[in-house]
Order: sequence, then C-alpha cells, then structure tokens
Amino acid sequence: MRLTDRVLPVVTVLSVGALLVGLIWGFFFTPDDYKQGSTVKIIYLHVPSALMAINAWLMMFVASLIWLIRRHHVSALAARAAAPIGVTMTLIALFTGAIWGQPMWGTYWAWDPRLTSFMILFVFYLGYIALWAAIEDQDTAADLTSVLCLVGSIFALLSRYAVNFWNQGLHQGASLSVDSAQPVDNVFRYPLFVSMAGFMFLFVALVLLRTRTEIRSRRMAALIARERSA
Amino acid sequence: MPDLGQYSGPVLSAYAVSTVLIVVVTALSLWRAAKVKKQLAKIEKRHKDNG
Repeated sequence: MRLTDRVLPVVTVLSVGALLVGLIWGFFFTPDDYKQGSTVKIIYLHVPSALMAINAWLMMFVASLIWLIRRHHVSALAARAAAPIGVTMTLIALFTGAIWGQPMWGTYWAWDPRLTSFMILFVFYLGYIALWAAIEDQDTAADLTSVLCLVGSIFALLSRYAVNFWNQGLHQGASLSVDSAQPVDNVFRYPLFVSMAGFMFLFVALVLLRTRTEIRSRRMAALIARERSA
Repeated sequence: MPDLGQYSGPVLSAYAVSTVLIVVVTALSLWRAAKVKKQLAKIEKRHKDNG
C-alpha cells in the first residue's frame, strides 16, 4: 500500500497527460487518410483499446498463474481488479471497430477470425466477472476464475494473432509492427504511440486503485467475521 | 473543430462512446474505492474502541 501511495499519483498524471495529448493531437492535428478519410482518427481509440484488452487478459493470466502456484492473495485480487477495465477496453475496441467498419467495409460486423475471437474474449471477460461475483468463498472463486482465465488466454492470443493464422478475414494485419516496413505513416504513428501510452497508464492506474480497494474489502470482511465470532 | 466531412457521425460517436465508457469505469472505481476506504476506517475505529 505504501508503494502504491507513491506510484498511483504519478501513473495517474502520466495517464491523463498522455491521453489528452495523444487524442487531441490525433483528432485535431492529423490529416485525413487518402483512402479512409477522417475515419482514420478512430485509430487513436481502436488500436490502444484493443491492445489493452488483450494485455489486460494476459496480465490476469500471469496473476492467475501466480495464485495457482504460489497462493499469493494479492495476485488473485489484482486479476479480479483488472477484469472490469479489460472488459471496458474490449467494448471500446468492438464499438469503435464496428463504427469504422460500416463506412470502410460496408458492414458493422463480420464473422472474421479476429473479430470473432475478440467477441469470444469479451464473453470470457463477462464470465470471469460473473464467476467472481457468484461464489461466496473467495479462495474457491480465485481458483475457478484462474482456471477460466487460463482457458480464455487461448482467445486472447487468437485475437492478437488471428490475422496471421487465417488470411481470409476482413480485418487487416497489425497496424504497428517491429518490422521496418511500417503500414502506418509517421504523421499518424506518433500520436498513436502517445495514445497507446495513455491507455496503458490508465490501465495501470485503475488496476492499482482497484487492487487497493479489493485488499481493503478483504480486510473489512475479515474484521467483520472476527466480530461475529467473538 | 476539424472538417470530418461525410464521416463526422461515425468519428464523433466513436469518440463520444469511448469517452463515456472510460469516464464511467474510472468514476465507478473511484466511488467504490472511497466507499470501501470509509467503511474500513469505521470498522477499524470500532475495533480499536472495543479493544
């Protein structure tokens, strides 16, 4: 708690700053794309949110593994804390993708490998949150949600790499890659990087805040149980 | 305000909905954090008072 007392304000400031700079830069100060027109401005929301939707699940995967192997309570609570943020990011990615898809592809939705695996990931998020809420015993809930998280990780990876496995889908390849041949011009890429940093810091800030809340909530439950047994 | 042309509807709705979702998840997280912190402080005080 003492460490997060110091880290949380810094991450919050970084998050707000990077989000404001990235989104204002992208929205107001970048040109239209020659093919996509002004819909290219949706990239500053869609790509960072999709990235964080997958990374949030991967963070939950690591935390779940730590819980299953080491029985470290904070890791289970951190995974629980990350899920509502992950589902919000998934929803933003799905919505902005659909909004962009209608004028560009002529449809809001297609049963494309990446879109479908993303939709399944969204359902896994909802199931994960519901499972935590449905089980009273917290250790049992942590066990079962961890197993669910391990299974769902297949779809998190599929959502990331589906365009590489199957090339018959509508969704284009990665907008950013480590290869030298970048599909996105620098004029769009730099504000996109800032926006991605903003989404990442927002995720970290909210996970820290929510994990602290979960820890306090667990302590409160323990004190109430002690009062009842006394 | 940039000229968004024929795509102003999709672009503005994407920004509006994303902003609302981010604000809602942040507000809910802050609200629950404040509520739990207050409740815990109350219970800890009660414990201390009761010895």
